[in-house]
Amino acid sequence: MTTGYADVPLWAAIVSAAFILLGAGLSLVGAVGVARLSTFYDRIHAPTLATSWGAGGMVMGSMIFFTAAEGRPVIHEILIGVFVTVTTPVTLMMLGRAAVYRDRSEQNPGALPKETSVDRADTVSNHKGS
Amino acid sequence: MTAILPYPLLAVGLAFMWLALGGFTPGHLVLSVLVAVAASHALRALGEASPRVRRFAAIPELLGIVLYDIVRSNVAVALIILRGRRASRTSGFITVPIRLTNPSALAILAIVLTSTPGTAWLDYNSARRTLLVHVFDLVDEAEWIDIITNRYERLLLEIFE
Amino acid sequence: MNVLIMQAALFIAQLMLALAMILCTWRMIIGPRAQDRVLALDALYVCAMLQVLAFGVRTGNTLYFEAALVIGVLGFVATVSLAKFLMRGEVIE
Repeated sequence: MTTGYADVPLWAAIVSAAFILLGAGLSLVGAVGVARLSTFYDRIHAPTLATSWGAGGMVMGSMIFFTAAEGRPVIHEILIGVFVTVTTPVTLMMLGRAAVYRDRSEQNPGALPKETSVDRADTVSNHKGS
Repeated sequence: MTAILPYPLLAVGLAFMWLALGGFTPGHLVLSVLVAVAASHALRALGEASPRVRRFAAIPELLGIVLYDIVRSNVAVALIILRGRRASRTSGFITVPIRLTNPSALAILAIVLTSTPGTAWLDYNSARRTLLVHVFDLVDEAEWIDIITNRYERLLLEIFE
Repeated sequence: MNVLIMQAALFIAQLMLALAMILCTWRMIIGPRAQDRVLALDALYVCAMLQVLAFGVRTGNTLYFEAALVIGVLGFVATVSLAKFLMRGEVIE
């Protein structure tokens, strides 16, 4: 099960290291955004850096490394990529709607547009079968 | 065909996932097919309509556009965050009129808008058919509406409706 | 040479991911509102998942991949139920 770095050819090590650094770096930038952007609706954009190319880079790096190290295609990491891509919209959409709903019900001056349907959420936006 | 496999895409996806997790062996292949078929029939009991793809040719085009946009907006948002204080940037809400009604197409549009870091899907009003989107770097409202309508929605309409 | 490259890259990557986790935790603590904390928790889960994935490459052990997948699933369920709670005030209706 375990593999050593020494089994990996140089080109694979370089490519995989580049992807891993890219992924980790973008995740860090996303976390910096979460920490220092000033409003909630700005901050909701920041984690998508980590979930799009952050996770993508790490997954690619890991796939290249294990494929080169074990001498056979190792692609199960792609499941993480697919899973993150499919679930992030659901979580962020629900969080966004919850935030809009809370801001509206508390009369927050969050620069929200006048007509949103969230206050009728029981009848609307159930198209995803939530 | 539909009697055996009501949801071909789902069945293929499940079988692929099973094989990726368990390893590609003949035994796992048989098991994965059994699980995929059984799960398809279990889902049919729930009565969800299977998405019907009208035009496969537009799928690679959409995929290419989305991958390119994800890379581009990743760079843009990362630069804005690293530059620091909100000096010249304004973010805001836009309301986009949307023609799509197919749930699968709307789900894919949600994935596209969320995966590109510059835009966040907040709410879809199915009665008025409008979409509330928050844009991170809002320069021109009309430009963003144009991007969503002509770049993504047009292709999704071709694919699904 | 290739050993050195991988070790350096993984060390830096894990350092960056750890820093990212600290930043998310900080946002989770200072809030200011509940939805900010939930968003930070979601980001924290993603960073933790990537951190475990990096551990997998570092040790060359594919078992870490399963752990990362489980963290991803748990993070998704946790965030969805918390968002649901913020919306309605109850999780199960």
